[in-house]
Amino acid sequence: MMNIPCPFCGPRNEAEFAFGGPVKPDRPDPNMVSEEEWAAYLTQVPNPLGPVQERWWHVKGCGTWLTIWRDTRTHDIVVRPADAS
Amino acid sequence: MPHNRTETGGRIDRGQMVNFTFNGHKLQGFAGDTLASALLANGIRLTARSFKYHRPRGIVGAGIEEPSTLVELMGDDASGNRPATTVPLREGMIAKTVNCWPSPGFDLGAITQLISRFIPAGFYYKTFKWPGWHLYEPSIRKAAGLAAAPTAPPKQGHFENRFGHCDLLIAGAGPAGLMAALTAGRAGLRVMIADEGTEAGGSLLNRRLTIGDGPALDWVQGVVDELDNLPNVIHLQNATVWAYREHNYLMVNERAPDNPSLLERNWRMRAGHVICATGAIERALVFGNNDKPGVMLASAAQAYVNRYGVRLGQRAIVFTNNNSAYAVAADLAAAGITVAAIVDSRMDVPEEARSMVADIDILAGHVVTTARGRRQVRGAAIAPVDGGASQQIACDLLAHSGGWNPAVHLWSQSRGALRYDDALTSFLPDRPAQNATSIGAADGQMTLADALDRGARAAADVAGVVRPDIPKSTDLPYAVTPLWRVKQATGKAFLDIQNDVTVDDVHLALREGYDNVEHVKRYTTGGMGIDQGKTGNINIIGTVAMQQGVPLDEVGTTTFRSPYSPVSFGAIGGLREDSVVLPYRHTPVTDWNLKNGAFMYESGARWRRPGYFPQAGESFQETINRECRIVRNGVGVYDGSPLGTFEFKGRDVGRFLDHIYTNIMSTLKPRQGRYGLMLSDDGLIIDDGVALRLSEYRWIVSTSTGHADAMNSHFEELLQTQFPDWNVFVTPVTSQWNNATICGPDARDVMQALGTDIDISSDALPFMGFADGQVADIPARVVRVSFTGELSFEVNVAPRDLPALWGKIMIAGAPLGIAPIGSEANHVLRVEKGFLSLGHEVDGTIDPYDLGLGWAMSRKKPDYLGKHAVAIRRAGTSNRRELVGLLPEPDQMVPEGAPLTPGGDRKPTEGLVTACVYSTVNERWVGLALLENGQSRHDETVHVRLKDKIVVARVTPPIHYDPAGERLRS
Repeated sequence: MMNIPCPFCGPRNEAEFAFGGPVKPDRPDPNMVSEEEWAAYLTQVPNPLGPVQERWWHVKGCGTWLTIWRDTRTHDIVVRPADAS
Repeated sequence: MPHNRTETGGRIDRGQMVNFTFNGHKLQGFAGDTLASALLANGIRLTARSFKYHRPRGIVGAGIEEPSTLVELMGDDASGNRPATTVPLREGMIAKTVNCWPSPGFDLGAITQLISRFIPAGFYYKTFKWPGWHLYEPSIRKAAGLAAAPTAPPKQGHFENRFGHCDLLIAGAGPAGLMAALTAGRAGLRVMIADEGTEAGGSLLNRRLTIGDGPALDWVQGVVDELDNLPNVIHLQNATVWAYREHNYLMVNERAPDNPSLLERNWRMRAGHVICATGAIERALVFGNNDKPGVMLASAAQAYVNRYGVRLGQRAIVFTNNNSAYAVAADLAAAGITVAAIVDSRMDVPEEARSMVADIDILAGHVVTTARGRRQVRGAAIAPVDGGASQQIACDLLAHSGGWNPAVHLWSQSRGALRYDDALTSFLPDRPAQNATSIGAADGQMTLADALDRGARAAADVAGVVRPDIPKSTDLPYAVTPLWRVKQATGKAFLDIQNDVTVDDVHLALREGYDNVEHVKRYTTGGMGIDQGKTGNINIIGTVAMQQGVPLDEVGTTTFRSPYSPVSFGAIGGLREDSVVLPYRHTPVTDWNLKNGAFMYESGARWRRPGYFPQAGESFQETINRECRIVRNGVGVYDGSPLGTFEFKGRDVGRFLDHIYTNIMSTLKPRQGRYGLMLSDDGLIIDDGVALRLSEYRWIVSTSTGHADAMNSHFEELLQTQFPDWNVFVTPVTSQWNNATICGPDARDVMQALGTDIDISSDALPFMGFADGQVADIPARVVRVSFTGELSFEVNVAPRDLPALWGKIMIAGAPLGIAPIGSEANHVLRVEKGFLSLGHEVDGTIDPYDLGLGWAMSRKKPDYLGKHAVAIRRAGTSNRRELVGLLPEPDQMVPEGAPLTPGGDRKPTEGLVTACVYSTVNERWVGLALLENGQSRHDETVHVRLKDKIVVARVTPPIHYDPAGERLRS
């Protein structure tokens, strides 16, 4: 069980959180992008081998949605990689 | 009394006799015995039958590594597949061997030995691929199965979970672990030290060593006393650290907690640092018939003579490839057992080993090729390791040692790396992956002095203090030469005794192409089971390496997974059993419902609601019909409290609701409500419900009961991640507002009889309107929504007022024949009206247009969640499944979910039945269905394809009652 740092509550057990999935790019204006770009935004979720930024909801705590960088190989919570977009 | 005891010594209490029953025989042991030691003291050698071949088996080990004798405990202790070596003997205990019938001495299953050449490795894979495993499974399970699961929860107590935190968690209270705990405890760290044994000391309990100036166990007692007096140290015995997860989260299963009503306590520990002091496990040697009763690990033999005072036999042979067995031979001799010979596969036996056993014959450069005897060992055939004539030596105990494997299980679970060490011929901890250190035998320090030193150093490093002095000790230096298997072995030579995996099985797997060690494991089942191959895995790796001609580190190990040793499900579940696993939610009228004969249902999100209110003599269907007629013709009332309710506040609520609803909400005027649909951004319908605008900046949004929590997550995620600058605050108020929904043509009369200061005429309070005021002298908000298709007043009050309101409604409505309505009747009423229900008419393929709700998809708004996805999807597809009504002909019920196929033929489906109910207003069965192009197929005939028949049905619009909606607006 991971130990997730909540910005308000400090490090808390993963069981207090709900997983919110990897962070996708900002939602584009659907009227300004092609159908392909829109479909890509909807369906393509980052799934790297290594650090990924993801959202967690501290649902059994303070209710904050937060983001962390997690290394998918190790579960280590890491600092934002220098080359991250 | 047992005659196989030494005169004195051991950790047993000879003054306290313990009675127990094993396979129907009444026997005695002493306090401090394990079931295994008590059986051996009673001279019982044949204690088990093997898993596959039903060969006679005895006791092989002395701890959790035991691969052979698994027992089922009966009665109040009921539990299965316990290694006999780990079961502390208790007064009145009833145990029986698993996997043999009727007894281990006369086992009918042993017939499989005769056909053993026909059931090689992979036998099940090869044989039972066709026609179906389920045909064979019952008989295979019976023949090859282990213990039966207990049928009832234990009566004597309960399990619990406990969370804990510490600076340092030490797994193992052997010499290294104790030294580390002492060092860290004195330095003031918060320490937990947990050990799987019933007593602290680890290997010291089984050996005769000195620390300082006295017996090693005196030192152990001193350390334990000091630890137990340190307030910052938690010391647990009979407690296994069984899982090492990410972020230094570990599970510790305490089997004898301090509280007498507790059976087991499972600790979930978050540790700053972890020290693995898990010791080492002796590995077996692989020779012919190395599974005979009386063939035993040397360390186990040492434990039985020293710790349990059991004289294991008259005449022993010790077979080894390393130094440690020489101390065992010396201890056996000291216990009065004649050691006929030490057979050592090494050509050169180190002098320090020889000097321990001056009076015993040493056959250097020799191996045991096979153990002789039928039901127990009677002797051994011994030959030079390089070949040559063999000799026979009689014995009734064959103690063997293939060297020592550091117990790297926890380390490896933590993802710590391993490396193969040529000197120790075993895998050792390498780089850590988390804050962890490995010490003692678990780290390859095979002598007592090294282990103590490493334990002190490691803890001092964690605590940031200077390494303390360690007491002096002496120990035989360890040296080993690998012997993965005896090449000239005759008879079956077992690598994995528990799963009956032989050298031949591994060779077969390799021949058939399963050459990765993980594949070898799956194909042969070697290393699986209760013991997870603790004594044999390295020999499998060695056998593979020999066959492939590569070094062991190239073969590698299989993955070590938790649990390290078996854990009862009760300990994992803790107190979360029965009604408290997922408690029900109740509304304030649950008591009234029960008193009035409600049959209660779980109606989504754990809400407990009345399904129906049967009266004497009524059938289920008669009850539903009566409740439906009451609502259609008179007046009924139901408790609508569980419906998800959220209060939205802020300047940007209208803008936000426009984004999440498909229709426009921001144009609502205060005191108005509107029904709407919510989509996910990929175009799926996620919820529907009514939004009420209370004032400029305050709204109430209702969601379906089952989706309330998911919708809360949805709102919060959007507001916190996409629109953090929008002024919107969401508060879940489902349990702050309860309601009684009065519905039916006479509903307004009931409202009047209750007395209210709200003008409830249809002009002042129209459909989708609401007003605040007093109802029956109770502060209330009355909302004109309808889920039944009839005139409805949803009277919302504070929860504390609901029982009073409910009572007054029953009195006020009595002259009109009011009755409570359950969820079954509600379902019928909504199907008659064609109101959609998430999970029935809505699945991941259906969009609002398919449901005839295209009007709710705003064209004015340039963007809202799901708009674009629905448009793209609809542009690319034809033949959409659309909501229709269904009238089965002749009149009959068709089951929900039944497929519609063209002509009723065995063809791809063109739709499915989503609901079918008996409609009292139509006096027939009516249904809803999703049907390809259904909206243009009204009046056509379709076919419901059932298992035993085909039912014809007429397609209709999806509204079976009051299509104009006049009644709900009345």
